[in-house]
Amino acid sequence: MSVTSIVRHRLFWPCVTLALLCAVNVFFNHNFFALEVRNGALYGSVIDILNRAAPLMLVAMGMTLVIATRGIDVSVGATVAIAGAVVAVMIGGTLVIKDGVQSYVANFPMPLAIIAALAVALLCGLWNGALVAGAGMQPIIATLILMVAGRGVAQLVTEGQIVTIYYEPFFFIGNGFLFGIPFALYIVAAVLLILLYLTQRTALGLFIQAVGLNPTAARFSGISARALVLWVYGFCGVTAGIAGLIITSNVKSADGNNAGLAMELDAILAVALGGTSLDGGRFSLIGTLIGALIIQTLTYAIYSLGVPPEINLVVKALVVFTVCLIQSERLRSMLFTHTARIGEKS
Amino acid sequence: MLKSRRNLLSAVVIGLIASAVAMPSFAAEKKLTLGFAQVGAESEWRTANTTSIKEAAKAAGIELKFSDAQQKQENQIKAIRSFIAQKVDVIGFAPVVTTGWDTVLKEAKAAKIPVILTDRSIETKDDSLYVTMIGSDFTEEGRKAGQWLLDNYKAQGDVNIVELQGTVGSAPAIERQKGFMEVIKANPKFKVTRSQTGDFTRAKGKEVMEAFLKADPNINVLFAHNDDMAIGAIQAIEAAGKKPGKDIIIVSVDAVKGAFEAMMAGKLNVTVECNPQLGPQLMDIVKQVKAGKQLPKRINTKEGIFPMETAAKEFPNRKY
Repeated sequence: MSVTSIVRHRLFWPCVTLALLCAVNVFFNHNFFALEVRNGALYGSVIDILNRAAPLMLVAMGMTLVIATRGIDVSVGATVAIAGAVVAVMIGGTLVIKDGVQSYVANFPMPLAIIAALAVALLCGLWNGALVAGAGMQPIIATLILMVAGRGVAQLVTEGQIVTIYYEPFFFIGNGFLFGIPFALYIVAAVLLILLYLTQRTALGLFIQAVGLNPTAARFSGISARALVLWVYGFCGVTAGIAGLIITSNVKSADGNNAGLAMELDAILAVALGGTSLDGGRFSLIGTLIGALIIQTLTYAIYSLGVPPEINLVVKALVVFTVCLIQSERLRSMLFTHTARIGEKS
Repeated sequence: MLKSRRNLLSAVVIGLIASAVAMPSFAAEKKLTLGFAQVGAESEWRTANTTSIKEAAKAAGIELKFSDAQQKQENQIKAIRSFIAQKVDVIGFAPVVTTGWDTVLKEAKAAKIPVILTDRSIETKDDSLYVTMIGSDFTEEGRKAGQWLLDNYKAQGDVNIVELQGTVGSAPAIERQKGFMEVIKANPKFKVTRSQTGDFTRAKGKEVMEAFLKADPNINVLFAHNDDMAIGAIQAIEAAGKKPGKDIIIVSVDAVKGAFEAMMAGKLNVTVECNPQLGPQLMDIVKQVKAGKQLPKRINTKEGIFPMETAAKEFPNRKY
């Protein structure tokens, strides 16, 4: 591969950004890439970032498909909260102290609670899909309904309280390690592999792109666009549901008010940073994952650099602004032609 | 037909109003009436606050007229006006916002009904509009946390403190930080080396603490602005292979149930109480106001501090 073809590759700029952010982290914290084994698990900044980014990566993958169909789903944060609330309330668990020995009892069997939470998340997604594909509503408006109502639903489920879970096995999803690597990353990998298979080895990827580029033409060429859109939103709900399980398990409690707050925006940002156009059509799942890692690495840098909390968001916005400028093809070509002209004159 | 029905309706309404007006004046001979306009039910803390006021009124034999404003100022103003119309003995309310109360409070003053503010204060040029304000002193909570640390931290050498702040710009975050800094300044070996917001949530507290632990191997103390963030941070400290409460001393604020569970497990060293249960104290003040006693403009809620050793004993008494 020649240099220009590498530079032209659409994952080139996202990768450069991620590398730059890592370099910033290394500059301020020399042990950034250091990994060691503690308590039989890998321990280090990189693992933290991957682990923390796992829920965002999942949500953003679902979002990528929705955006590829020329849609958008702003309700994923609310779905995260609902799924978390359902699983927390169903597992619940009570701390029983008997003769100084603490033991935990679940309200419902854990597999049942997880299936129920994912089913509710699927329903949330299908509801969005039905509004978009069935009722023909604008995606942002259709999903706005659940974004607003969803937090209320989550609060209703938890009765406005923070529900703490006392049930050890459930903690594995968000805290457990398998062969030294956080379990959440296996979930991300599994979802990614399934999606890559479906979109690259079957016609599904092509169908999604076709619907995103031109829904009418897609319908005339025999794709049932409505059913496709419905299930894409449904899938997006499920990824948000899985993210909700991981977040809830990670902090061992469900907070209807704060779980997944503003996550929809981070997910959309991850998709955009990864080079998928918000106009629909072509999409890149790997790009989205890199986008999610960029966001989490940036957040991590802000925490470890000692940025005053009052200006966290300004710093974040400035970096995102710069990244978007770098990734803008028009701006790049303007800059390149300008420098080329200067080169000619001299 | 229509007309007679309307007449009937108005007769019923007049009857209801008459009985409503007659009832309190009848009851007032025996007991005091307190009209209380609550903010809403936005948090666990607030729910505990409401329950405490209702229970305390019952216990003190005070008749309580309770209104929930659903976080809207106009609802609270309406409620206060209706309390004035009903001629309650004392009006209490927890102001949703700090400004815009002058007109309605002047009406209360004109009707000679004393007003007590709870939990939050208001901005006004005329302090005769309310008798007193009862609530938590966040700065004092910060000072208590700092003082406990100065008194109880024994190890030699510099003490590196990391701080998990509450939501940026919120009164508890600003004032708890202020109080804490004020006290630890007294001893130059205590230094806050890192400070970042954890938004008062467990998830953020954990995430920020993870990053702190990686960037800085020498953390001796954690000061968290609330228990939820401390609980999140405890999980991060454990994942780093350190012992929370021993390798890193943890000081936090609120004294919620979760904090007591952590203290009983030896993972949290101390929590400063931020008490929503101001009901009993409010009822005392209502009685004193009615008896014509002079009260200070600001009364702080009685708040304790609970070190780890007292946790198991205190746990069964916790209501929030």
